[in-house]
Amino acid sequence: MAGSTLHDGLTPLNAAPEQTSDDAAGYYTLGEKLVDAKAPTGPIKDRWTTRKFENRLVNPANRRKLDIIIVGTGLAGGAAAATLGEAGYNVKSFCYQDSPRRAHSIAAQGGINAAKNYKEDGDSTFRLFYDTVKGGDYRARESNVYRLAEVSANIIDQCVAQGVPFAREYGGLLDNRSFGGVQVSRTFYARGQTGQQLLLGAYQAMERQVAAGTVEQFTRHEMLEVVVADGRARGIIARDMVTGAIETHLADVVVLATGGYGNVFYLSTNAMGSNVTAAWRAHRKGAYMANPCYTQIHPTCIPVTGSHQSKLTLMSESLRNDGRIWVPKNAADCEKDPRDIPEEDRDYFLERIYPAFGNLVPRDIASRAAKYMCDEGRGVGPKVKEIGPDGEERLVSRGVYLDLGAAIERLGRDKIEEKYDNLLDMYARITGEDPYETPMRIYPAVHYVMGGLWVDYELQTSIPGLFCTGEANFSDHGANRLGASALMQGLADGYFVLPNTIRDYLADGPFEKIAEDHPAVLEARAEVEARIQQFMSVNGTRSVESFHRELGHIMWEYCGMERSKEGLIKAIGLIRDLKKEFWSNVKVLGSAESLNQDLEKAGRVADFIELGELMCIDALNRRESCGGHFRAESQTEDGEALRHDDEFAYVAAWEWGGEDGSPVLHKEDLIYTAIEMKQRSYK
Amino acid sequence: MKLTLKIWRQANASAEGAVHTYELDGVSQDMSFLEMLDLLNEQLLTTGEEPVAFDSDCREGICGTCSLMINGQAHGPEVTTTCQLHMRSFSDGDTITIEPWRADSFPVVKDLIVDRSAFDRIIQSGGFISANTGSAPEANSVPAPRDKAQRAFNVATCIGCGACVAACPNGSASLFLGAKITHLGELPQGQPERYGRVTSMVAQHDHEGFGGCTNIGECAAACPKEIPLDVISQLNKDLRTAMFKGF
Repeated sequence: MAGSTLHDGLTPLNAAPEQTSDDAAGYYTLGEKLVDAKAPTGPIKDRWTTRKFENRLVNPANRRKLDIIIVGTGLAGGAAAATLGEAGYNVKSFCYQDSPRRAHSIAAQGGINAAKNYKEDGDSTFRLFYDTVKGGDYRARESNVYRLAEVSANIIDQCVAQGVPFAREYGGLLDNRSFGGVQVSRTFYARGQTGQQLLLGAYQAMERQVAAGTVEQFTRHEMLEVVVADGRARGIIARDMVTGAIETHLADVVVLATGGYGNVFYLSTNAMGSNVTAAWRAHRKGAYMANPCYTQIHPTCIPVTGSHQSKLTLMSESLRNDGRIWVPKNAADCEKDPRDIPEEDRDYFLERIYPAFGNLVPRDIASRAAKYMCDEGRGVGPKVKEIGPDGEERLVSRGVYLDLGAAIERLGRDKIEEKYDNLLDMYARITGEDPYETPMRIYPAVHYVMGGLWVDYELQTSIPGLFCTGEANFSDHGANRLGASALMQGLADGYFVLPNTIRDYLADGPFEKIAEDHPAVLEARAEVEARIQQFMSVNGTRSVESFHRELGHIMWEYCGMERSKEGLIKAIGLIRDLKKEFWSNVKVLGSAESLNQDLEKAGRVADFIELGELMCIDALNRRESCGGHFRAESQTEDGEALRHDDEFAYVAAWEWGGEDGSPVLHKEDLIYTAIEMKQRSYK
Repeated sequence: MKLTLKIWRQANASAEGAVHTYELDGVSQDMSFLEMLDLLNEQLLTTGEEPVAFDSDCREGICGTCSLMINGQAHGPEVTTTCQLHMRSFSDGDTITIEPWRADSFPVVKDLIVDRSAFDRIIQSGGFISANTGSAPEANSVPAPRDKAQRAFNVATCIGCGACVAACPNGSASLFLGAKITHLGELPQGQPERYGRVTSMVAQHDHEGFGGCTNIGECAAACPKEIPLDVISQLNKDLRTAMFKGF
């Protein structure tokens, strides 16, 4: 019984899982169980407070002697750089963009959750914790999630003090709204640009430290390797993307805050440059990659129109508050102008199937329902080419209507404009259609990844001295992320969690300086140089872009919204072939000693290919449906996701098995003491 | 659609640049302007010519990375970012001239990419509210009037793309500067540093070599986020007050 691993007399509410199925047999080896040695104990509401007290301090005079490298400048990285700079450490901050202000956190639209209970509608730290664990299908650690809910209120205070212009009531107090899957109003927002305003707050705080001399900023730099010396992360190898120079940067500790890897699917709502390279290079050096198959598909994106498309654009989920989602009842009506389809011929499928939550069901459920409508042939909008599971090419309309018509009639056009103004403009610009006149078309798209580098409670990876924050780590969201929770996690990690946990590690420092000719540094540099040399010398015939596109097709088809054993095995084969083809036939022009966007992309795509294979293996092993992972073999009679807590209530942490080896699976059991596992139901 | 593209090519900051002409076929009306350039680059790759370097990232109009002069206009003919400009704004057979941002303070890095780090240095000089993590009071303890908060938000939406500078005959960054001064100056939290902020930010602006504002208004006309020209009035007003107060 798992209870024996718990302290302080807490009673486990579930048994340790015992996996009996083994769909991925032959694709992996089983490693030892993993225990989060830093996991806190005691009553859940005291765990973080106790930990902050127990963690050692670093006195201000000693902080000046400690060097911290932070890669990534989004909400997690920017906030961490600002906070650690203020504390007096020497921070070196790296980003691939031309300015930290462009990190992709800037694109988040909807809002940020916080348990402030300003509406007196029954919200509390515990309720936010409860909603988040339930929303994540009980695949997150309860201690981490509770901490997240606990610090959420401080985040709002911090951001307001920085001048983030949140929406306000007439009395001057903060306004908030509700979001999908939740029954209280706890989402703080700045129209449809919350991410932008929060990021600018963190960016400005960080720039203030640049001026103060505590943070040194390296823009247009890409981390290509982590330096691990004597068992600890001690620095990075980065490429100056303008000159092509390979640089060594050493420090006492390294933090990765490099965002998510949704671009493995080629088309996603991620920025074009978002990539997995920093995390993947760390993975190859010994950091475990946890739950890589958990991908959040967002239900309300603008549909694909053709093969030229480079990325997808999200329409904030808040539109589902006022929009009704439907498809024609009869496939024959799909080509018609939607305004000519009478009410009785419309199928408001979410309201029909899920009467309790209607259009506000959680993201995974809304997404799958839309897919099924289109699979049935009732999708709307332009037909796009697809290669089906049978390998046959076909034309399918991938879109459902999001109809604001009734809301415009009820509230008036002005009200809708005020609420969703910039979103509707964006829609009109991209599609060339006026959403006030005709229903919008939406379709699910890859949005956020819940998987990432495995970290302990203190956000340290399995490599000592290498920390990981924000979307780049796996923690907090479980198998699915609630709306408005990503911003919360990024800022919680950056402002409040990491600065309190990294102290304990740094209390042992400064570590003995390592020289630039330390064997570990030379080895890491040599790896980077050899790899770049390899990209430049293949001189094949295919563009990097075409490989990325092909990988994306495989991932979306077989490891997208729905996965099956057969499909995943097929995908693994296809990816392995693609990898061989890549290394023998990729074409990169230009030189390595100058700005070379194709070379940058080649490195990222090579890593995406390896990650894609691991995602499929992880998905293959997990023969259950949970959150953003839907296995065709595991569903209820009426097609709903079916979890198997008895087998899979664990974090799958994968260890790199070597170039020719297979990945090693370490399982970390998820034992709950404060919250009871239940099957989710939104009917 | 078939297009003739005249594109500025420049190998690096110190190299001479020149306009190269390319013919491109198979452009769809649904493509964004940048997807059209992606298509060109795929074509160049097959002929062995190095792809055209240009900056873009989010491709949904919010990160401010994309930065092209299109037929002499910053971000092209519509009031939007280049990534949100679609080819339906052009016609079959068009000739399109594509250049990098024009401004001495934004030196060319390569082809269509420029260096906008001067903007970061302007922010470093005072474009923030000094609030250390953990020292913030309860958020609702300082009410902010709704109209002021809304105005702060409206101008805080500046994406720092630099179109205002590229469009200005003087190469002035006054709109960028005015937006930040107004954003922070409208909020109660921004008051303690208000006048020191404007003095140091203007000094840094001038130090970076941006030109002075002569109220031409091209900046506001080119701004994809429609930051209004009156933020420059706010900037000037705050600057006058600051000088009067001896900052």
